Amino acid sequence: METSYDVIVIGGGVVGCAVARELSAYDLKIALLEKATDICAGQSRANTAIIHGGYDAKPGTLKAYYNVKGNGMFDEICGELDVPHEWNTSLVVSFGPDEDPQIDELYERGLKNGVPGLEIIDHDEIMRREPNINPEAHRALLVNNGGIVCPYELTTAYAENASINGVTFFRSTPVTNIFKENGSWIVETPSARFSAKAVVNCAGIFSDEIHNMVSADKLEIQARKGEYYLVDKKYASTFHAAIFQVPSAMGKGILVARTVDGTVLLGPTAEDIDDKTEKRTTAEGLAKALAGARRTWPNLPGRAFITEFTGLRAHCTRNEFIIGEAADAPLFFDAAGVESPGLTSAPAIGKDLAKMVSEALHAAPNAKFNPIRKGIPKFRELSNERRAELIAQNPDFSKVICRCETVTEAEIREAIRRPVGAVNVDGIKIRTRAGMGRCQAGFCTPRTLEILSEELGVPLETLLKSEPGSRYVYGKIFD
Amino acid sequence: MKNVDIVIIGGGPAGLAAAIGAYEAGARDILILERENALGGILKQCIHNGFGLHTFKEELTGPEYAQRFIDKVREYNIPYQLDSMVLDINAEKVITCVSREHGVQQFKAGAIILCMGCRERPRGALGTPGERCSGIFTAGTAQKLVNLEGYLPGKKVVILGSGDIGLIMARRMTFIGAEVLCCVEVMPFSGGLKRNIVQCLDDYNIPLYLSHTVIDIHGKDRLTGVTIAEVDSHMNPIAGTEQYIECDTLLLSVGLLPENELSEMAGVKISPNTSGAVVDETLQTSVPGIFAAGNVLHVHDLVDFVSEESELAGKSAANYVKQAQQGTVSHRQVVMGNGVNAIVPQQISFTPDHDVHMMFRPRAVYKGAVITASVGEQTLYTKKARILAPGEMVNFTLKKDDLTAANPDLPLTVEIKEAA
Repeated sequence: METSYDVIVIGGGVVGCAVARELSAYDLKIALLEKATDICAGQSRANTAIIHGGYDAKPGTLKAYYNVKGNGMFDEICGELDVPHEWNTSLVVSFGPDEDPQIDELYERGLKNGVPGLEIIDHDEIMRREPNINPEAHRALLVNNGGIVCPYELTTAYAENASINGVTFFRSTPVTNIFKENGSWIVETPSARFSAKAVVNCAGIFSDEIHNMVSADKLEIQARKGEYYLVDKKYASTFHAAIFQVPSAMGKGILVARTVDGTVLLGPTAEDIDDKTEKRTTAEGLAKALAGARRTWPNLPGRAFITEFTGLRAHCTRNEFIIGEAADAPLFFDAAGVESPGLTSAPAIGKDLAKMVSEALHAAPNAKFNPIRKGIPKFRELSNERRAELIAQNPDFSKVICRCETVTEAEIREAIRRPVGAVNVDGIKIRTRAGMGRCQAGFCTPRTLEILSEELGVPLETLLKSEPGSRYVYGKIFD
Repeated sequence: MKNVDIVIIGGGPAGLAAAIGAYEAGARDILILERENALGGILKQCIHNGFGLHTFKEELTGPEYAQRFIDKVREYNIPYQLDSMVLDINAEKVITCVSREHGVQQFKAGAIILCMGCRERPRGALGTPGERCSGIFTAGTAQKLVNLEGYLPGKKVVILGSGDIGLIMARRMTFIGAEVLCCVEVMPFSGGLKRNIVQCLDDYNIPLYLSHTVIDIHGKDRLTGVTIAEVDSHMNPIAGTEQYIECDTLLLSVGLLPENELSEMAGVKISPNTSGAVVDETLQTSVPGIFAAGNVLHVHDLVDFVSEESELAGKSAANYVKQAQQGTVSHRQVVMGNGVNAIVPQQISFTPDHDVHMMFRPRAVYKGAVITASVGEQTLYTKKARILAPGEMVNFTLKKDDLTAANPDLPLTVEIKEAA
């Protein structure tokens, strides 16, 4: 196995994959190491999928800078990488005069941050735009540059594009130690010892541990848990904008936010926890998410939910993104403590870090860099004419495996065969939506397992949901 | 676009019987569209016996029961298309379907019979907190893995919900060597048939904990255990009753939902009560020429009644395309009185041309209660029942002459009169 690289990127979330892809525009030999069995395993998998406007972060911070800069890059990046996004606006709503000053403050902060197109709207305008909102809505900040994006597709698209431009991905490869040896960074993992001229730390919730391996200027990342409900897509048209409430010290509050796929997210809660691997939902957390969402959406039906989940934010105790070369560790670069608005910021962080690293390594542009990635065709969204063409080319498009989301066998096979392709069932899910619908994989799981087993050439009983140990079946009955 | 007199969506027990019913009523231009690679629907994986007692006076397995109908469809040469997934139906009765053999097809139907069946409620719909690990299956998914694929989904099993598939799987998992620790039911009564409680739990000493539920799920990767607790009359867990049970598998049998996505595309009105179409006694939905039968209409306990109902839908569709039944028919509404839930049909024409089979589920358990159906002061049906429970659908028949004679200004009220 080749273990000597110009740059090693640690972490395969949206930031790591964006950094890897932007670095691949330079003539560099790059590897990305991901601890989990698949990329997009942490914050990038479980978040609110919002393209934030940039009004929330404190003026002058990196959070504000990268939010506004990243927001402005989405049309270009989603165009190049064929990622679904939509400028459906955001509304931050006060539900009474006592909350109005916070709306005005956010407006002022947004102006200072350079957010374009902010407006303050009154009750009547809120109700005109969002007839299903709690009629106590009093005043709102209308964020015209607020949007939504598919976070998994953005991450996998960055990874696929990085891969075709030469980045080597190592999954199931946790970094256990980093140190300097003969002028190179040595990055140790259980399977191999890598060396690199430069290292970029994009380890999300573990970015403190990675940073602290090389720097005396210690970072601390606090895991901040958020619990969510996911609402059936039949309620997709209830709200047009992503609806925020006034923020608190712990975050942006409970949202009601449609996804690009039509489901509606309710959440997240915010609770600091010690275990950085925890993904539990709790009765208390879900009750809080629900109560918060009902404030925005009083007529939320009780049986609207298709699932619940938890995401962990990588909250740096310095309450700021840590971006750039570590002061006491030359050629070790951080993208640490990247929490919300991290998804929005990722395109800008990727570009900036790639620039810093390439300049430090005096790298020339990669003449063969191809910025274009085409997504897996989404059968459910196509015209009948286009469907017929696809079936004529590949009959697997005729076989619908996931009935709820109309995902075909061809899409599932392609998700496995692509660069940095799916290696487990959750990987298929985030790349195709198979199993993300209202039956939550009841019908498609057995067939998905069979296809995965065929494509990977491994026995079905070894297949995982996600991490080691998460197998589905214990072998054949009569073995 | 091809014209077809009657298109049947789904080749499971409902679709097969609907096709036979339509054929026997004189229709010949019929097409069954089935998304899987074989006819028979969910019966293919129901390898236990107990099917057909009512229809054939025999105890058949699911595949055997289905085969009787498949044989008849073949004998009548009724066309069917396998591996054919319907993507869309509209109110003009244009059906869009996709298949390997034919690519994208469209059919213009004279009548459509919706026979898509139902699906299982997943964990997410319950909102049970805890880890999102592997090892949590709906009972039907586990049944498919075991009976059709031959895999062992787990070794130490807890079953949440006492629906019939869960009960059947308790026995099945025991047969294949797994240890079934208990079945946990949030209601104070079982959701399944009494005979399944006896034959699938009692006979294997599997305890059934009524008024209990799973309140937490443990295991970061694969399930390692569940916490169960007793619930109060509002279904809230009672503090102090929590109990941890080590297990690697949780099977869910917590309700079935009719699969009406296609029905809704066609504009068919759905009852919030049954989650199926609102129909009259001919099983016609709110869209003229679209009929519904089987578990897509309302969830049945016994396939025998699915077959019976679907044959009627087939016959009604055949009559519809023969023009015998077109034009607007006015209906008497059916009102659910005390103790009555999920009644079908929800409306009956003032002059029905056949006796009307009524089906509903009791809202709770009643002992020694009386079921009545009346129009104003006139009682059309009355019967004392030793025991009524939500897990057992109530069936009875109203005479067409009685219905025709009843006061047209009043609804039909069905109720349970509780014993004093």
